[in-house]
Amino acid sequence: MSRDVLLFVAVFVACAVEGVEAVTIVLAAGLTRGWRSALAGTAAALVVLAGIVAVLGPALTALPIDTLRLVVGGLLLVFGLQWLRKAILRASGFKPLHDEDEVFTQELAAARAAGREPQAIDGYGFTLSFKGVLLEGLEVAFIAITFGSNQHNIGLAALAAGSAVVVVAAAGIAVHAPLSQVPENTLKFGVGVMLTTFGMFWGAEGAGAHWPGGDGAILALLAFTLATSLALVAALRRRHARRHLPPAAATS
Amino acid sequence: MRRLRALAKFFYDFVIGDDPTIAAVVVVALGLTGALEGAGEPAWWILPTAVVAVLGLSLYRAT
Repeated sequence: MSRDVLLFVAVFVACAVEGVEAVTIVLAAGLTRGWRSALAGTAAALVVLAGIVAVLGPALTALPIDTLRLVVGGLLLVFGLQWLRKAILRASGFKPLHDEDEVFTQELAAARAAGREPQAIDGYGFTLSFKGVLLEGLEVAFIAITFGSNQHNIGLAALAAGSAVVVVAAAGIAVHAPLSQVPENTLKFGVGVMLTTFGMFWGAEGAGAHWPGGDGAILALLAFTLATSLALVAALRRRHARRHLPPAAATS
Repeated sequence: MRRLRALAKFFYDFVIGDDPTIAAVVVVALGLTGALEGAGEPAWWILPTAVVAVLGLSLYRAT
């Protein structure tokens, strides 16, 4: 039961983060280039995504579970550590926060600079939406398929991914502006912690290890990863503060 | 050919990301886990240890 709840939460939050990025791009394309092209690009990307998932999904579930856990656990761990690394660098001030307002403004400026073409479907708006939805959607599909197949519960993972996309899309339609209200780096930090946790758990199981406490080890790993990450944020914040001290204060 | 290269770059960025050391350490740690378990020794501690080490090292180098 707790495994199912964790699975749902992990997939939902991870997919919501990807959804925020996709919706921001579609909004920028829609507001500048027209909704027809933006929505057509979104629809085309969703069709391509459905094809990719239809091919990859059954192929993954046909693999032996230990091989699947080893490969998927390893991939999730690499993926999760990358997210965590970036989130820690942002949280400690070494990297600018990934601000959706800024992304929205950049996409808006690029879309305006490209100029509107006199045709029913605007190529730039279509491509911008298509690219954004396809790339972010691939990440959503990757997360849902890998988490779902590992837990033998693709249905629940798909439900979590679908719910996240619907919630984020509904929020995007409601606010009709970038979703900067969502604290993106906090979400990414949380997702990095969860992906790293599941990656360690499944990767080690796939390699033949047995966790003390069985499934309960997931919670211990979650606490361990969170504590390690927070400690690293604190250490890097001190390092960042030392680097940016005024000369007088630094020498005193 | 250009599309294939772009696709390969996309997957490299998607999986490997900014620091290839992370992927290398994860692969080595998984291999060590398998080898140690194969020899009958408990190896569950290797991945958590590797995570702390590689994350710390990668962040240290980035700052």
